[in-house]
Amino acid sequence: MPFSSLSEIKARLDAGETTAVEVATRYLQRIAAYNPTLNAFVHLDADHVLAQARASDAHRAAHGARPLEGLPVAVKDIFCTQDGPTRCCSKILEGFEAPYDAHVITRLKEAGAVLVGKTNMDEFAMGSSTETSAFGICRNPWDVERIPGGSSGGSASAVAAALAPAALGTDTGGSIRQPAALCGIVGLKPTYGRVSRRGIIAFASSLDQAGPMTRTVRDAAMLTAAISGHDSGDATSVANPPVVDWLGACDKMDMKGLKIGRPKEYFVDGMDAGVRAEVEAALKKCEELGAEIIDISLPHTEYAVAAYYVIAPSEASANLSRYDGVRFGHRCEAPEDLLDMYTRSRDEGFGSEVKRRILTGAFALSSGYYDAYYLKAQQVRTLIQQDFIKAFEQVDVIATPTSPITAFKLGEKTDDPLTMYLSDIFTIALNLAGLPGLSQPCGMVDGLPVGLQWIAPAWREDLLLSTAAAYEAATEWGTLCPQGYAADGGAL
Amino acid sequence: MDIDVKKVAMLARIRLTDAEAAELGPQLGGIIGYIEKLAEVNTEGVAPTAHPHDAAMPLRANVVSNGNRREQLQAVAPNVESGLYVVPKVIE
Repeated sequence: MPFSSLSEIKARLDAGETTAVEVATRYLQRIAAYNPTLNAFVHLDADHVLAQARASDAHRAAHGARPLEGLPVAVKDIFCTQDGPTRCCSKILEGFEAPYDAHVITRLKEAGAVLVGKTNMDEFAMGSSTETSAFGICRNPWDVERIPGGSSGGSASAVAAALAPAALGTDTGGSIRQPAALCGIVGLKPTYGRVSRRGIIAFASSLDQAGPMTRTVRDAAMLTAAISGHDSGDATSVANPPVVDWLGACDKMDMKGLKIGRPKEYFVDGMDAGVRAEVEAALKKCEELGAEIIDISLPHTEYAVAAYYVIAPSEASANLSRYDGVRFGHRCEAPEDLLDMYTRSRDEGFGSEVKRRILTGAFALSSGYYDAYYLKAQQVRTLIQQDFIKAFEQVDVIATPTSPITAFKLGEKTDDPLTMYLSDIFTIALNLAGLPGLSQPCGMVDGLPVGLQWIAPAWREDLLLSTAAAYEAATEWGTLCPQGYAADGGAL
Repeated sequence: MDIDVKKVAMLARIRLTDAEAAELGPQLGGIIGYIEKLAEVNTEGVAPTAHPHDAAMPLRANVVSNGNRREQLQAVAPNVESGLYVVPKVIE
């Protein structure tokens, strides 16, 4: 395995074979070598990274190792960090420095992690390709003429090319799982309420969750263990969620008797035949490992994208009303009056995709349309949730493709927003239902990775982890690395 | 669907240039057209989702927990004087 997992680096650190400073230095070298091509990082302060690594080595020597001691973790530009800029890859937050750390950042620091830079993303996490970033496109290390997925494309690209061993992303409609799938890594979206949203720049508050993007299932468990838990600063962070034995779940790698649901609505005409074949082969493998594949139906699936594109933009239009040029962010030059200041600051600061979403939301919520769009969408959302509840009476977990296609070419879908929206068709429903989901590599089509998505009932991340760990252990897909990123100096 | 995009933009407090309006108008029409698919679903008697887990929002204790961080919070504002946010004149 050319690229090290977090667990492997941790083992070497714990054995005294390397130091946090050595590890950080190595990743900084890789970032310097490959980031000019990939543009996975939009901010990096190497001195600050090394200072954290030195402090971690000192902490280990003086007090012993914390759970993530000395492990580098990159974070998406959506997380507020007191150190360095936080811009959500938007011009409107140019120059913004967060006055406090997001809860998950605090948790990573407390666990001893070394935070490495801010990763590229679609502006305000609105996009599926990282092409709407105000700081330039990000590239997929498997083919630099292709998108890494989005919105957490920078995190996915960085982990896939081993510019960092792990990263955090956020997932509102697939923004962790889809880029993880398209870059050939593992991505976990926890149950809504498992991870605090405080200090994560809000997109759609009833859907947003933060989660890990890693090389292995076990690494995803390690990071989720570190960032999850109740936070009184986020009213939607659940106070006493069912506890998961995160690492223990990864050790239970037995698929015997596991009932896996195969929803017919996720294996349809129009999806890439190669992707379909790889996912079907993955299910066959699970059957060989002792699982039972059961055909199920999630009948409201075809309405998930429509419901999402009412609910998410509606919430976004409310959340993004805070960017008004008063308390933070961009203010236009020489405003004539207050209204001119609001309207011009926002026109200058927001990119076109963000405007599209805000306008969609403003329209859906506007007088006379509320019942037909917003209320209707929330009713359909209830039906989508009920589909899952019924399915989980029959099966333990559900397996689907993460994305109907592999990574597409840069610029291929930027002209038609609707085509871009439809690329999230398999990831959106579980956000609407608040369920946890995990994507892991399960094959290749024409040199590009394919993702297998697991969906579990609320709070059952343990089922996702044990199932995905069993599949990972029985196949070679988890150890793939893109060519051209391991040559200089060998293994990490 | 024909949408008065400039009117919607004003509701959202965004001033679109004519060029932007010409581009966004048809796109918005396309998106809303797609969303109208929802009308096909029979939702009679279905309660709208208010929370992903059908849970009530908890209330926190009514105590100050942030401390006074005015200077830190205002350090990122475009224009501040004497602890106040400065905006264009709103009352003549």
